[in-house]
Amino acid sequence: MAKTVQVVDDVTVRFAGDSGDGMQLTGSQFTDTTAIVGNDLSTLPDFPAEIRAPAGSLSGVSGFQLHFSSSDIQTPGDAPDVLVAMNPAALKVNLKDIKKNGTIIVNTNAFDAKNLRLANYDTNPLEDGSLAGYNVIQVELTKLTMAALEGINLSVKDKDKCKNFFALGIMYWMYNRPIEITLKWLETKFKKKPEVLEANQKALQAGYNYGDTTEIFTTRYDVKPAKLPKGVYRNVSGNEAVALGFITASLKSGLPLFLGSYPITPASEILQELSKYKNFGVITFQAEDEISGICSAIGASYSGSLAITSTSGPGLSLKMEAAGLAVMTELPVVIIDVQRGGPSTGLPTKTEQADLMQAMFGRHGEAPVVVLAAQSPADCFFMSIEAAKIALEHMVPVILLTDGYLAFGSEPLNIPQIDELPEIKVNFRRDPEGFHPYQRDENFVRPWAIPGTPGLEHRIGGLEKKDVFGNISYEPANHEIMINNRKNKVEKVADFISDLVVEGEQEGELLILTWGSTYGATKEAIRNAKVKGYKVSHAHLKYINPFPKNIETVLSKFKKVIIPELNLGQMAMIIKSRFLKDVIQFNKVQGQPFKVAEIENKIIEVLGGSNGK
Amino acid sequence: MENKIDELVPEVKYTAKDFASDVDVKWCPGCGDYSILAQVQRTSPDFGERKENIVWVSGIGCSSRFPYYMNTFGFHSIHGRAAAIATGVKLANPKLQVWVATGDGDMLSIGGNHFIHACRKNINLKILMFNNRIYGLTKGQYSPTSEKGKITKSSPFGTVDWPFNAIKLADSAGATFIARSLDRDPKHLQEMITRASKHNGMAFIEVYQNCPIFNDGAFAALTEKETKPLNVVVLEHGKPLVFGANKDKGIKLDGLNPVVIDLNDGKHSINDCWVHDEFDDNPTRGFILARFSDLPGFPTPIGVFRQFKKATYDGDYHGQIAHVKEQKGSGTYEKLMFTSNTWEVN
Repeated sequence: MAKTVQVVDDVTVRFAGDSGDGMQLTGSQFTDTTAIVGNDLSTLPDFPAEIRAPAGSLSGVSGFQLHFSSSDIQTPGDAPDVLVAMNPAALKVNLKDIKKNGTIIVNTNAFDAKNLRLANYDTNPLEDGSLAGYNVIQVELTKLTMAALEGINLSVKDKDKCKNFFALGIMYWMYNRPIEITLKWLETKFKKKPEVLEANQKALQAGYNYGDTTEIFTTRYDVKPAKLPKGVYRNVSGNEAVALGFITASLKSGLPLFLGSYPITPASEILQELSKYKNFGVITFQAEDEISGICSAIGASYSGSLAITSTSGPGLSLKMEAAGLAVMTELPVVIIDVQRGGPSTGLPTKTEQADLMQAMFGRHGEAPVVVLAAQSPADCFFMSIEAAKIALEHMVPVILLTDGYLAFGSEPLNIPQIDELPEIKVNFRRDPEGFHPYQRDENFVRPWAIPGTPGLEHRIGGLEKKDVFGNISYEPANHEIMINNRKNKVEKVADFISDLVVEGEQEGELLILTWGSTYGATKEAIRNAKVKGYKVSHAHLKYINPFPKNIETVLSKFKKVIIPELNLGQMAMIIKSRFLKDVIQFNKVQGQPFKVAEIENKIIEVLGGSNGK
Repeated sequence: MENKIDELVPEVKYTAKDFASDVDVKWCPGCGDYSILAQVQRTSPDFGERKENIVWVSGIGCSSRFPYYMNTFGFHSIHGRAAAIATGVKLANPKLQVWVATGDGDMLSIGGNHFIHACRKNINLKILMFNNRIYGLTKGQYSPTSEKGKITKSSPFGTVDWPFNAIKLADSAGATFIARSLDRDPKHLQEMITRASKHNGMAFIEVYQNCPIFNDGAFAALTEKETKPLNVVVLEHGKPLVFGANKDKGIKLDGLNPVVIDLNDGKHSINDCWVHDEFDDNPTRGFILARFSDLPGFPTPIGVFRQFKKATYDGDYHGQIAHVKEQKGSGTYEKLMFTSNTWEVN
């Protein structure tokens, strides 16, 4: 039977199944292939904190969403067009998100009495009519996979594990993507397990063929390559981009990179990723705890390395005393905080922006640090370089905020040439003549005098120091001078950062002010609102402490300012107190990023009938 | 990769004075710390290291003021974290000789985790732990090495805590040079410090140190002329364990039990005594020795309990880096960014 091919601009798919079903793997394979065929894309993995929750249970459902398009996109998509549901629980958890008339591909073999009960279904949704309004495609995934793998010397259990690749094969057929990229990936992955390799490759191929031959699929979809700016691209997750960014900063600065870190979700991939790059001289010290993570980094910084530590909220709390030591000793160190749902253990695998106050003010005493935030997975690369540059050139601790959404999400990075990236200038003090450890330059920056330099032997520490000379000093007036020196040094960074850019009208009724990962959804929401005739502008903060110098002017140009945040209004509080500017808070704390529609609706609600004109 | 630092000979001949900073020393009069500082300054010229390559790292407490008084690189950090910071210093630049000055509270209480893991990894650090069995800087609370039942400001009815035995802890955690000395025995202390400086791996020295203000006389029985011979046994490699004013007492091993013997009783001779082997790679005997200080009737050992060779963390780490560089070639931006799964848009 002839199949029709329909060209579409933009598709969102979601793979969902048990946390043991390999959904993250399936999703990331689809992503890699989609990247290589040239679509713009954005991904959102969403999985439980438990590694293997009870099979078939609602709490064990793991999902991976991918939005791909032939035009420029910023988010992983609000509502999937297609859901691949490996079992009833996956269907139950995800159905509410699927577009009306969306396609649902289900593994009918998993819809048995036990799984239905585990998913709290009284009747089988495939039979009771509750899926009317969706295009449900029933596939006997388990049975078909078993049949395809007949004759391979593997246990039933191992064969069953290949069904995700059968499903992937169907999706590759449906969206007209080549299977070769995944076939090749499997070869490297299972080099030492030939049976497993053969089984997975066969399952993938069989799934693809099944799409082609069976009559239940009538339509294939074609998403043309996106018209992205010229260049060489690669797909990066936020955590991967952070690792690449700091290695690049190491190359640019000529300093070896040292990471002191303790494993923590969702930041562990930074440690794992960096540990691969030994030939770049990268040292990854997997410390005994979070405190040792930052303390070893401070020691490495003292020794003359580009020193960083990576963590998430609970770890950031543990690092705070040592962060204060870095403030006091004025040593460069970057703390990467991949924010997750808090407080306490909270929602370890989910996203949030609620560490902002801790980053800004979480230390005892007057202890300002530079605070930056990345806006997208690819931007994590650039902001990591920026964080390293500021730390090294200003002898100051920097907190770089990302979050779970950026860390696990991915998008194409247009890889810059190395000379397009900013230079990082490091000048170790060499000359003993007139050396004083706390003598500052015009930017309040003290010299970096590393051990091993003859004639520069000196002592630093957490006790207050005499201005210029660095010896212990308890003088009341000196303490105030030093407090102000450290504050001025951080504020002076504002001279070296870019202005806040307003996209859209430069003044008017409404500005959306964002920071961090809310960038993408806001950008798409504004685009949609403009299409509908609303006038709204966008400004995005990459630099949070210090703020860009023009921020107050920008804020003064708009009657209303909305600040969407995945917290209860932390940036709003800072803006209100700093500039006495009233702002409209728009908050969400569900462990999930904003949907485009949520922000779009907020814009429409605030502008009401006036369209912002 | 073995660390070759011990073989470097400084071009400059130093004296103790070269290692004294211009900062006024501010410990209480009579504090044992003065002696420890003096012995370190006296032995530093023998470390075989240029002074700009020596780093002293400390935590918080009376003893942790130590780096300010040494004319080397120094880092007075935060409570308990000296070992973690020193680890970063050493790992980032293995050419440095990194020393930690710390106390019983700083290293065994708030810093306990960093201590055991630095030992476990056998990082090439030298830890000098001043043990005065009290919190001095906070004015007299009991510490993790205070003896059970001790009355202090925070234990008016006596502590119910059992103390740590630092030697046992260091050995079981994996330190590869484990020694004890006394603030009041300058020569012995100098020897221990010098030998630690030559050790490749985690070297730990516990120094019993008198706090004249909050725990005066805690070690008097070990340091005073009249009582010292009976209460201290000096560990020397290849020599029998003998003590007493006239060297008339010895220690023999009866199975796994140490027994004090009288060398003049006609039944025992020096040939019955336990002969100390500090290079014993079986930890059992070292552990028995470490127990002496907790056993009534036994002298407290000073000297090197054990030392042995084991690959160091910093040595192996940099060895791995060198190996991977050799295999893959040094990293470049091109290799970093353009080699995996890229595509081009024209």
